[in-house]
Amino acid sequence: MRSKSRSTTRALVASAAACTLLAACAGAGGHGSGGDSINVLMVNNPQMVQLRELTQEHFTEETGIEVHFTVLPENEVRDKISQDFANQSGQYDVATISNYETPIYSGNGWLQPLDEYLSSDSDYDAADILPPIQRSLTGEDGHIYAQPFYGESSFLMYRTDVFEEHGLTMPERPTWQEVADLAAEVDAAEEDMKGICLRGLPGWGEVIAPLTTLVNTFGGTWFTADWEAALTEPEFVEATEFYVDLVREHGEAGAAQSGYAECLNNMVQGNTAMWYDATAGAGSLEAADSPVRGTIGYVPAPVVETESSGWLYTWAWGVQRASANPDAAWEFISWASGTEYEELVGETLGWENVPAGKRASTYDDPRYQQAAGAFWEVTRDAIAEADPFDPGVQERPVPGVQFVTIPEFADLGTRVSQEISAAIAGRQSVRDALETSQDMAEEIAEEHRNR
Amino acid sequence: MNTTTTRTPAPPARPAAGAARPPRPSRVSSWARRAPLLPALIFLVVVTQLPFAATLVISLWDWNALYPDDRAFTGFGNYGTVLGDSDLRGAVLTTALLTATVVLVSLVLGLALALLLDRRFRGRGVVRTMAITPFLLVPVAAALMWKHLLFNPEYGLLNGLLAAFGDLFGFTAPQPDWISEMPLLAVEAALIWQWTPFMMLILLAGLQSRPLELTEAARIDGANNWQIFAHLTLPHLRRYIELGGLLGSIYIVQHFDAVFTITAGGLDTANLPYVVYQEFYQAQDYGVASAAGVLVVLGSLLIATFALRVVSSLFREEGSRS
Amino acid sequence: MTTADLKTTTARPARQAAGRAAPRPPGGGRWRSAALTLGAWVAGLLFFLPVAWLVLTSLHSESDAASNPPAVMAPLTLDNYREFFGTSIWEGPWPPLINSATASLASTALVLLLALPAAYALTIRPVKAWRDTLFFFLSTKMLPVVAGLLPVYLFARNIGFLDHVWLLVILYTSMNLPIAVWMLQSFLAEVPSSVIEAAQLDGARLPVVLGRVVAPIVLPGIAATALICFIFSWNELLFARVLTGVRAETAPVFLTSFITSQGLFLAQLAAASIAISLPVLAAGFAAQDKLVQGLSLGAVK
Repeated sequence: MRSKSRSTTRALVASAAACTLLAACAGAGGHGSGGDSINVLMVNNPQMVQLRELTQEHFTEETGIEVHFTVLPENEVRDKISQDFANQSGQYDVATISNYETPIYSGNGWLQPLDEYLSSDSDYDAADILPPIQRSLTGEDGHIYAQPFYGESSFLMYRTDVFEEHGLTMPERPTWQEVADLAAEVDAAEEDMKGICLRGLPGWGEVIAPLTTLVNTFGGTWFTADWEAALTEPEFVEATEFYVDLVREHGEAGAAQSGYAECLNNMVQGNTAMWYDATAGAGSLEAADSPVRGTIGYVPAPVVETESSGWLYTWAWGVQRASANPDAAWEFISWASGTEYEELVGETLGWENVPAGKRASTYDDPRYQQAAGAFWEVTRDAIAEADPFDPGVQERPVPGVQFVTIPEFADLGTRVSQEISAAIAGRQSVRDALETSQDMAEEIAEEHRNR
Repeated sequence: MNTTTTRTPAPPARPAAGAARPPRPSRVSSWARRAPLLPALIFLVVVTQLPFAATLVISLWDWNALYPDDRAFTGFGNYGTVLGDSDLRGAVLTTALLTATVVLVSLVLGLALALLLDRRFRGRGVVRTMAITPFLLVPVAAALMWKHLLFNPEYGLLNGLLAAFGDLFGFTAPQPDWISEMPLLAVEAALIWQWTPFMMLILLAGLQSRPLELTEAARIDGANNWQIFAHLTLPHLRRYIELGGLLGSIYIVQHFDAVFTITAGGLDTANLPYVVYQEFYQAQDYGVASAAGVLVVLGSLLIATFALRVVSSLFREEGSRS
Repeated sequence: MTTADLKTTTARPARQAAGRAAPRPPGGGRWRSAALTLGAWVAGLLFFLPVAWLVLTSLHSESDAASNPPAVMAPLTLDNYREFFGTSIWEGPWPPLINSATASLASTALVLLLALPAAYALTIRPVKAWRDTLFFFLSTKMLPVVAGLLPVYLFARNIGFLDHVWLLVILYTSMNLPIAVWMLQSFLAEVPSSVIEAAQLDGARLPVVLGRVVAPIVLPGIAATALICFIFSWNELLFARVLTGVRAETAPVFLTSFITSQGLFLAQLAAASIAISLPVLAAGFAAQDKLVQGLSLGAVK
């Protein structure tokens, strides 16, 4: 034992020394922002990953600008972006922000206005950006603070082959009650297939997004125009109960922990007949290696009292005000959000992978129309119909379809989502969940009344 | 918040391993004795205590990073907010429950494993290596593994095993949604799996340091296995159990990765570190978060003082050779 | 916990009336021993099973990794590892792995540099309040680090020290220092004062005594302490997540970048998990005796 331990000690010391040398030689792997390099912080979505793969060859080699990416899952990327931008730490020149953060951040002076770049850069066709998206990236002062990488709305995806087999028809513009009835039918007819997949995962960008579109179309709202929290109003309760009951009765297994990814997987694996979620999901369902490719139908987001209920969301590039290199940052943004990049993706990775939903020209391109045959029109119309300034039946204090554009919403939405998720898991009633949530929302509403 | 020293009762006199040297009361020599201690002490005070002092200052301000223009002095206003916050109260309970469950269960399982591994048998080295693997997996990797590869209701291993078992015996096995149905238990399971090997290592060391001649003598005196375990082994292991309990508690009270990864603090699993983190990085309310942090620090100090007193026997008497 | 203690801690068991041990029935012992061996194997395998599953998943394709029911017999492939390690040393996992190695090893070295003299002052020639001092060291370990995170972040931001691996080195050092002082204190307490005195009577000076007499006795303990500090630093996520960005990203933070809310990532994640745990797994497997020794404060030689 003694000799063994002696030799282990020696081995440990030796290996430690070797590692230290290695680390010292490698210089602790460093490259800062500045010079001709920028740091980009972005969310880990497939399109961003593809962008990272294409950047070296198609951007850096042409412009000489090095791009260092940090890629994180959505909830972590938000924490990091808000920390870096709020303190103007300047670690990142560019970050993927959404139409939720853009007005808030720009109001606090954390973002570079991009108007000058937009007007002086003739190669970048700014007029081509879809109006609802461009509007949602505009600050209160009228300046544009971010440029979209891709945009999305929400719609209902369903298995046409399964519906046909059981003699079911999906209306052109379904109501939520029709969807619930269809879910029950499929659930009863198919042994190992659930009727519908709906998000239940906690997070303001997870379960809260689809749920809030239901609240809007059921006639509810988070806050009234004069800043009263309305989570316990009958419409809000009805929408939430409908959502929770539907997912509990005919939804996926493990609903309380299912987000976009889990539902996508359920749809691809044939575990569910319908899925109400982001239009971006269609690209994955119709991907070349998808087993359900070609069997999916797409209809607009189901409604109750409103004409349409799809959300509006965009991942966009914002430049931090503290950035040492805004010109290089714009170079990168104009390339990543430009028409040329869409062409590049279409030709190298296939047209169904194009970061769509931001430019009118994308939808006029026959190559894209062919690749996105089943869903391009529904997607384009859903984005066009989404109105963040009037998403429901009553006036709102601030814009936002599936979120409320106030700084506190990320935290409030997350806390409320945990209550809702617990209701989906059957750990409490919807009413209790909303009572608790109403108290939290009312605290915030009160602060806004007094501002 | 500088020191937390407690005057512990003087240890029972015991012959030290060597003859005690007479103390030299000269000032120079006492500083010479202290000098080697100072770098570590100063380093630790600067790096751990100063930030807490800064936190204390920040906690007196109304400061939300999302409203950069509204910074104002508020005194103890944030503390009122925190104390009125049901999340934080729940987190205190969750933290206590999580820590106690994980430490106790890990100790019991670790003891059972250590007893099994204390015997000589074929492949002991292999089994020991297998058993310590969980402790050597990076915690965040372990948490991710439990969440996505084991607990997942659709394609996780747990439900896969249940279903296979059901097929074998011809019944439809339940397919529970582990994380939603038993969230705290799910987090605890992942942590227990990681910490049991840690406890096992400590207790195995204890078992291997047993004086065998005593056990043999007892056996000759006709004591059976249970008696030997209860009267010889367990008393001898007491210090090791305390040590495992103390080290385990220190790490698990602060544990963040598993809660963050497996449930993201949802479903009543948010422990104190997570709640403070959430207040900092999601709500961006630096004032309230700092107040919560200060309260958690105070609570930790109380418990630390108490815990250190309980296990003060762990500090070797030979140390007091002055 | 030294042999001196052991003689006093154990109580004599109650003697049975018959002073003779009953001879055990032959055969029963063998069955029992077989059952216990089996039990040990089953327990070990149970604890290992999740890791085995992780390894298996890392060798599957993405769609097999997420199939229902779980695919045990799916074809194996090394693609995930190939993809993880990439091609050049300047990209993919290498910078984070090097950062992790730097932070862990440098902080471990710094810990030893600070903890050894401190432990010496608490044992060999102890200061008066050695026990209180040790308590103070340990109590800092019990404070929630998250509560001090914001000032550290703001301070680092203002002096331009964010995203530097040396910031992590300093924080990891403070994180492991208390435990290291405690461990080393207990290892140094093993050195009998008689040894030191005898050496000093020979006229040897203190440094020589330390090098020739004390070092050989405590070196294994130092190695054990270093190993444990290394493991805890390598595993650390919270500081690294908040305080690093592009340059100083560590392996655990890099691991979280494999999670996506869109699309499949399980097999990649499994391969990455195994890959970044390898250094700790290798060190731990190779030095099991050191782990036991370190965690039990040197009870086992």
